[in-house]
Amino acid sequence: MTDSATTPLIEAQGISKYFGQVIALQDISMRVSAGEVMCLLGDNGAGKSTLIKILSGVHQHDDGRLLMEGEEVKFTSPREALDRGIATVFQDLATIPLMSISRNFFLGREPTKGGGPFKRFDAATADRVTREEMHRIGIDVRDPSQPVGTLSGGERQSVAIARAVYFGAKVLILDEPTSALGVKEAAVVLRYIAQAKERNLGVIFITHNVHHAYPIGDRFTILNRGQSYGTFEKSEVTREEVVTMMAGGEEMDKLTAELEEFERSDRETERRGPNGGSHLADAFREDAEEIQHGEGREKA
Amino acid sequence: MATATRPADERLRSAGVLRKLLNRPELGAVAGAILVFAFFAVVAGDDGFLTSTGTISYLEVSAQLGIIVIPVAMLMIAGEFDLSVGSMIGAAGILIALPTAEFGWPMWSALLLAFAVALLVGFINGYLVVTTGLPSFIVTLAMLFALRGATIGFTRLITGRTQVSGVQSEGFLAGIFGGEVAGIPVSILWWVLLGALGTWILLRTTFGNWIFGTGGDPVAARNVGVPVRRVKILLFMATSASATLLAAITVLDAGSADVLRGTLREFQAIIATVIGGVLLTGGYGSVIGPMFGALIFGMVSQGIFFTGVNTDWFQVFLGVMLLIAVLVNNYIRKKASEAR
Ligand SMILES: Nc1ncnc2c1ncn2[C@@H]1O[C@H](COP(=O)(O)OP(=O)(O)OP(=O)(O)O)[C@@H](O)[C@H]1O
Ligand SMILES: [Mg+2]
Repeated sequence: MTDSATTPLIEAQGISKYFGQVIALQDISMRVSAGEVMCLLGDNGAGKSTLIKILSGVHQHDDGRLLMEGEEVKFTSPREALDRGIATVFQDLATIPLMSISRNFFLGREPTKGGGPFKRFDAATADRVTREEMHRIGIDVRDPSQPVGTLSGGERQSVAIARAVYFGAKVLILDEPTSALGVKEAAVVLRYIAQAKERNLGVIFITHNVHHAYPIGDRFTILNRGQSYGTFEKSEVTREEVVTMMAGGEEMDKLTAELEEFERSDRETERRGPNGGSHLADAFREDAEEIQHGEGREKA
Repeated sequence: MATATRPADERLRSAGVLRKLLNRPELGAVAGAILVFAFFAVVAGDDGFLTSTGTISYLEVSAQLGIIVIPVAMLMIAGEFDLSVGSMIGAAGILIALPTAEFGWPMWSALLLAFAVALLVGFINGYLVVTTGLPSFIVTLAMLFALRGATIGFTRLITGRTQVSGVQSEGFLAGIFGGEVAGIPVSILWWVLLGALGTWILLRTTFGNWIFGTGGDPVAARNVGVPVRRVKILLFMATSASATLLAAITVLDAGSADVLRGTLREFQAIIATVIGGVLLTGGYGSVIGPMFGALIFGMVSQGIFFTGVNTDWFQVFLGVMLLIAVLVNNYIRKKASEAR
């Protein structure tokens, strides 16, 4: 799958964003092509969320150019970006607590039935699709008319993810989508990303978890204090280098120690896996393998 | 037809009818209306409260508030206030009466003018709120004074008085804005019709979904593609238009207009809306509830009249009811959002 030679789905060229005095982004360039997972990495406050908010129409950039399929665009509202097939899971999830799960799921993209003055919200379809999509992500919705505010943090995150996956036609943007999820649910999300890639979507994936980023990412763009640290192909970097870059290349000594900790826990998981009774660990291992080996390649 | 097959999920139906009922925002107002009705049926039943004349009289008072309460409630669900509706009633009344009585305009053209001005006023309210980010409380409070002042000023300038009388109307327009159908004043029919329309919009249409989203969390709603600004502006235009409808009904009924008409209506509308279970901060509520809020208003104001008690006490009742309603609503909503 090396069609990176074709026009990228979405491309930022030297984008800057200012909030009054604050320089949130300075001269950022990045791109994502169809069938590609681009991981956006960086410390807290590096500007990752600000960048993807520009791509999804929440903010407008002050400098630089934004290209969608080679054509310069400036989204004035998230609705425009959605209409172009860009769906986003925002870090704060963008759900309305007092509205039901299915109304939240379809808010802004409502299914309708009837025509003319009798065109109306198709509640039955909304409930059915919501239940199906939530089931696919591993959440059994008891009642789609239940307010979202009564769901747990992870369940709420699942609603936001299922919604974006359902509506994302070309580009899927996920801002720390696994932060509140359990091991099993996180694995499902990673599998979603792999599926989206197979369906030839472009995926932008923000995470602080290298175990999530490294197996699935094709390229890594690193932000540091509002500036770009560069973009790296997976073949160019090791997992350890990615971890270093995620922290902005600082504090190498401390990080080395942390890395050893990572490796130890990795080994432990492996050791426990085959004969340990934990379904969760098994499920996660299978998912991780599936993702690593990519599309349909079976282990001999 | 195609909707015949619905996935049956009986797991939650057993959660209880009572719980489901408690989750309805209009419960408090419906219960309150029944209580108030029972009270006056006992106390003032012999004095004419239960007669058809009595019933029509309190329904008409309810309707004259209820017509504006419907869009005011929808606007409050979308997270905004409109304090200028009272002034809009006065302004629209003059805009209808003055051209017809003083300059001999045909009624339809005066109505057109009044509705056009109303939509413009609503648009200005909405546009200022969404572009400046100021609370609608402030923006429409400014409009309350500006509009009332302009109405008084222009009317005095043109006629030298603050009242315009001698409005004539007959035929079709007089029929839909004034008069009766089968003994029922048209205002009551407008009220019920608009209530049904408002409920349908709120619960059954895409726009209704957007209203809840806009009031629940405007940033989140915008992020998922709701045109939050458009929703708010349209609702501000709806409140002004409803004030103009009410003005048309009263002017055609009385044959005159007064610059001070509609004074305090904005607050009565907010009281009825809050009694009707709409969350002051937006995102939760119904149209049915506030309609019952308006019904309570009508029953009490006429019921007190029938009992012969000094009507001054009505204001005390309104104030106390408002406080109780807010407390009860807070409690019910807390219970509702705990229902897992
Ligand atoms: N609306 C705003 N007004 C002012 N400053 C802002 C605004 N939004 C973001 N910033 C600033 O821009 C910087 C980047 O924020 P951003 O949310 O993009 O970081 P991030 O990389 O997503 O961090 P995290 O990993 O914690 O989510 C921060 O310093 C933040 O304070
Ligand atoms: Mg962020």
